[in-house]
Amino acid sequence: MSPLLEVCDLKKHFAIHKGVFSRVSGYVYAVDGVSFHIDRGETLGLVGESGCGKSTVGRTLLKLIEPSEGKILVNGEDITALDAAQMLPYRRQMQMIYQDPYASLNPRMSAGEIVGEPLIIHRVAAPKERRERVAHLFDRVGLRPELVNAFPHEFSGGQRQRIGIARALALNPELIVGDEPVSALDVSIQAQIINLLMDLQDELKLSYLFVAHDLAVVEHISDRVAVMYLGRIVETTDKTSLFEMPLHPYTEALLSAVPIPKASARARKRVILTGDVPSPINPPLGCHFHARCPYAMERCRHEAPALRQVRAEHWTACHLHDSGVTFPLAKPAGE
Amino acid sequence: MSHTELVEQGRAESGSGPAETVLEIENLRTHFFTSAGVVRAVDGVSYGVRSRETLGVVGESGCGKSVTALSILRLVADPPGRILGGTIRFAGTNLLELSEPELESIRGNDISMIFQEPMTSLNPLLTVGRQISEAIALHRGLSRRDARDQAVEMLRRVHIPEPERRAHAYPHQLSGGMRQRVMIAMAVSCDPKVLIADEPTTALDVTIQAQILDLIRELQDRLSTAVILITHDMGVVAENADRVVVMYAGRKVEEASAKELFERPGHPYTRGLLGSIPNLEVAAHTNARRARLNEIKGMVPSLANLPEGCTFAPRCGFATAECRAAYPPLVQHRAGHWVACWHAERLLEGAA
Repeated sequence: MSPLLEVCDLKKHFAIHKGVFSRVSGYVYAVDGVSFHIDRGETLGLVGESGCGKSTVGRTLLKLIEPSEGKILVNGEDITALDAAQMLPYRRQMQMIYQDPYASLNPRMSAGEIVGEPLIIHRVAAPKERRERVAHLFDRVGLRPELVNAFPHEFSGGQRQRIGIARALALNPELIVGDEPVSALDVSIQAQIINLLMDLQDELKLSYLFVAHDLAVVEHISDRVAVMYLGRIVETTDKTSLFEMPLHPYTEALLSAVPIPKASARARKRVILTGDVPSPINPPLGCHFHARCPYAMERCRHEAPALRQVRAEHWTACHLHDSGVTFPLAKPAGE
Repeated sequence: MSHTELVEQGRAESGSGPAETVLEIENLRTHFFTSAGVVRAVDGVSYGVRSRETLGVVGESGCGKSVTALSILRLVADPPGRILGGTIRFAGTNLLELSEPELESIRGNDISMIFQEPMTSLNPLLTVGRQISEAIALHRGLSRRDARDQAVEMLRRVHIPEPERRAHAYPHQLSGGMRQRVMIAMAVSCDPKVLIADEPTTALDVTIQAQILDLIRELQDRLSTAVILITHDMGVVAENADRVVVMYAGRKVEEASAKELFERPGHPYTRGLLGSIPNLEVAAHTNARRARLNEIKGMVPSLANLPEGCTFAPRCGFATAECRAAYPPLVQHRAGHWVACWHAERLLEGAA
């Protein structure tokens, strides 16, 4: 059986326009050849720092942005070239939750209207059924039923995120793409929303693509994790392997940079990267990470490593593993 | 025994030598007078910080951690805000009694501050070199040329590559991490005794966050600065603070050394916060389907309409009739470990 979602060599390059005639002067290589799959009932975490292209991946999957190249397959069917009308049945299967619960809800619609709107667009319920369905969804995400007539500004951030989740659930989707769904929330509220998402997954057999920058949150909610750097996936495997045996130098640095709330954390040895993430307008030649990589070799400057399976279910894009897996990471002798 | 002496004693017992308390806030109250009523943003907060020490101040949005810091430098907008009472003692004087010109000689000089979003605190129309040299010229009385040289030196000290060239850059030409380095350069340009860092890394990526926190530590060691590190991130506190103050709804609910706080949290709110953060190590080894986070139910109460008794009681699993009747006093339960909870002793016993 084909996986629920499969993405092959997805690319999204945004043109930069300049001057009076809007000449194309260059491209932002936001997503530059990304491949992954998500199985039914599974959560894939997509983690990376700002500007790495993780949100663009999420949006391109739902064709909220048209991909430049590559293929997107849903249940084995290619949806890459479909237009808006043809996408409609697929949109029922794939829904999105956004980061900012303040910007993603229409302030002029009541909470009940927001949650019921997908049912109108997809013409799946008569008014009475719709009211029942909305009431059921409110109950399911932990909102009091009398709040259906309240407007977004009357809700707190956490409650608004619950409205966003109820809206995403309205059509019984199979896949939900969450774009930083908890990063705007305070930690105590963040925990409530993470728990809710996990409960819903159990109950409704949902699949998630969970896009976030917070590695601890991603590790908590995901089965498998893909790490992105400057438009490419640099490592992907199950979450335990990623934590126990990071095989890409960027993953290693990312893991060591996450502060751990424990008394013993101060004594931890860390890898502190130098420099900033390079611009996706002019990505460096060779491996995108070489300028900040403590293990960079001559080869890394001109030859981009491909994402390869180096051990069972563990994929990484790094020259260090060309002649067998190297762990802990170290430069080969003679370099 | 005064508050400081007790803390000092706790510190001495924990092994590290006592150091001089440079800044001491006592019973600070800052309220905002709005159309929705009086918002008691800071309601009787006390803490002190010693030279070379990093004091972490943690809490969620609206707990008053930033308003406390702004009150230290009297940067709270009036109206609607007003500092109603308390003292802020620095070098023997109460900052709240100083005239505005007197305070100006301290602000940005002896006590300086860095903010969360460097882009909004830098002037977009001036080069960064000019902005740093302005602060230096003002407080040190240097000539413009000397101040400019000193600004380049400061950029070098915060590890900005090619400082001579970067001094001519405008803020928008720099990355977020670089801008925060510029802010830090400006803040430490006059060798401050106290550096207040209000969520200094919240807008930054984790790898850049690690660089900036490292830089603050390095400068602190060199200048013997006292650092007040305000953050919502328990991880940042655990890795950087010596002592921690936990705030909830405008009050300090717990204070302890970082080690003690993370090993034996005494307040139910602190415990709740720690339980609600996904832990990288644990998360990596547990089945995603099973591991529920330990959430704190409900929401932070409105500061304009606080509940009777303990403000945390409506969300607290340990709350009793006693909690709903009266706000618990802040009591020292262990050396240097203060908790404002009627059940603290029981909780600390249980944790030990």
